[in-house]
Amino acid sequence: MLAHEFMRNAFLAGTFVALACGLVGYFVVLRAQVFAGDALSHVAFTGALAAAAAGVDVRLGLLVATLGVAAGMGALGRRARPDDVVIGSVFAWILGLGALFLSIFIAGSSGSDGTAAVRVLFGSILGLSAGEAWLAAAIAVAACLALLVLARPLLLSSLDPEVARGLGVPVRALGVAFLLVLGVVAAEATQAVGALLLLGLLAAPGGAARLLTDRPWHGLALSAAIAVGSTWAGLALSYEIESLPASTAIIGVASAAFVLAGARSALAAAAPRPSSIEA
Amino acid sequence: MIPTELAGLSLNPVTDFEAMTEFPFMVNALWAGTIVAVLAGAIGWFMVLRRQTFAGHSLAMIAFPGAAAAALAGLPLAVGFFGACGLGALGLATVSRPGGAGSGAAAESAAIGTLQALALGLGFLFVNLYNGQLANLESLLFGTFLGITTGQVQTLLWVAVAALLVLAAIGRPLLFASLDGEVARAVGVPTRLLGAAFLLLLGLAVAATAQITGALLVFALLVTPAATAQQLTARPGLGLALSVLLALLVTWVGLTIAYFSPYPVGFWVTTFAFGLYVVVRVGAEAARRWAPRAGTATVGAGVV
Repeated sequence: MLAHEFMRNAFLAGTFVALACGLVGYFVVLRAQVFAGDALSHVAFTGALAAAAAGVDVRLGLLVATLGVAAGMGALGRRARPDDVVIGSVFAWILGLGALFLSIFIAGSSGSDGTAAVRVLFGSILGLSAGEAWLAAAIAVAACLALLVLARPLLLSSLDPEVARGLGVPVRALGVAFLLVLGVVAAEATQAVGALLLLGLLAAPGGAARLLTDRPWHGLALSAAIAVGSTWAGLALSYEIESLPASTAIIGVASAAFVLAGARSALAAAAPRPSSIEA
Repeated sequence: MIPTELAGLSLNPVTDFEAMTEFPFMVNALWAGTIVAVLAGAIGWFMVLRRQTFAGHSLAMIAFPGAAAAALAGLPLAVGFFGACGLGALGLATVSRPGGAGSGAAAESAAIGTLQALALGLGFLFVNLYNGQLANLESLLFGTFLGITTGQVQTLLWVAVAALLVLAAIGRPLLFASLDGEVARAVGVPTRLLGAAFLLLLGLAVAATAQITGALLVFALLVTPAATAQQLTARPGLGLALSVLLALLVTWVGLTIAYFSPYPVGFWVTTFAFGLYVVVRVGAEAARRWAPRAGTATVGAGVV
């Protein structure tokens, strides 16, 4: 399997992107910001297609769009109550804009098919060149390092913002910094599993880890391990099964891990006493 | 990015309408759009009132693999849309607890996020197995008004009539249960059963809407007109009528402009719906500032 260059590139990029997704995803679930991840995935789609329509590098559009929206969400902060009706209206429109850019792009590329759309929506990890894979891995590693630097105060401020503020932790600045890291990771993950599926790679490992352990550092490591494991297993599965797309396989394995974690915690909760998870 | 010319538009409403309805597919599209708008406007109003937009979102994501699987199996798309959304609604009804966001909300949103991604991934798999008909993928996700058959319009009509009749039958207790679940339960209204029935109706509405706007843009007709109507009035009857009216307006204008322009119908419908919402929202804020009476209008304030 690893004799093929595209598989080596996919494993290189996939491993580090999944590592970043797992680490960030744990915090996303911990901070109950799955909705923010959902928002970023919609924005990533529109940003990438806007760049494609304008003839700019898709990755540039991805990064600009996700970082811009992450900064905007951070600036609005917690005072601006996240009303799900407003979010629904805004993101329906953003997706509609994406559809517009898609049609502009297809019309502009003189009759060629819209593979760019499929790449953005559902990922193209098997189509990365060596240079793209190294770049994706490098950015993902940088995001991981940034997150590990932030991890300790971020954990404290996620679990107990009041105490953190009392201790002099800059809770608000940390929240914004976290959203920016999330933006970078979302842009990277879009290349691996696509804009529509990246939510799964953020939420499933983080959610599973949260179900399996209450201890934050264990959870963080577990989430990263589940994300990387899902990516490896998914890539191997899609290599073995011709018609199975890599992104579907990766999300499928991650979802299975989440379901297993849910079953295990349900059993554990049923057996001794039902108070082990909420702590 | 606004198109500079709309091909063939003469700005004479009569000739434009005749030009547009010359083609059977466009007549079908207008009929289907009208049916869907009425259904989505009415059920969307209750969905916004009950704060179940996330459930609607999840159902829309489930619609996509359903339709893709139907295409793969050679069944009519409508079977896939309605089947998947119906099953999804039943699943949501068994999972959702009264009270909603409470303990374990984080785990629940992680579960919903995972479910959405899995549904979309499965849809992609089915489309791939279908041998990558890209036009098909795009119209499933972003909607199309091309190729709506007369049979499809008839199916939509029967489903809409049935759903609206059920909604009319349960409308009053449902409104009561949505506004004040505690009191309704105490009075003996079967709130849980009503909630399940409503989810099923919502599934039908999502499935119908997805056939026009695509799975990703269902909210344009389901949420935005209803949210706009609830900004404008607090009275349930008027709000419902307004929501339906706005959905109709947005659909007709969107379909018409999409016909004369090279850009997709989903873009136009979402843009007009969102534009109306923003205008009304800004207007409501301004009115509130001009006449600073205590309290904002909430739906049903005068009913209960």
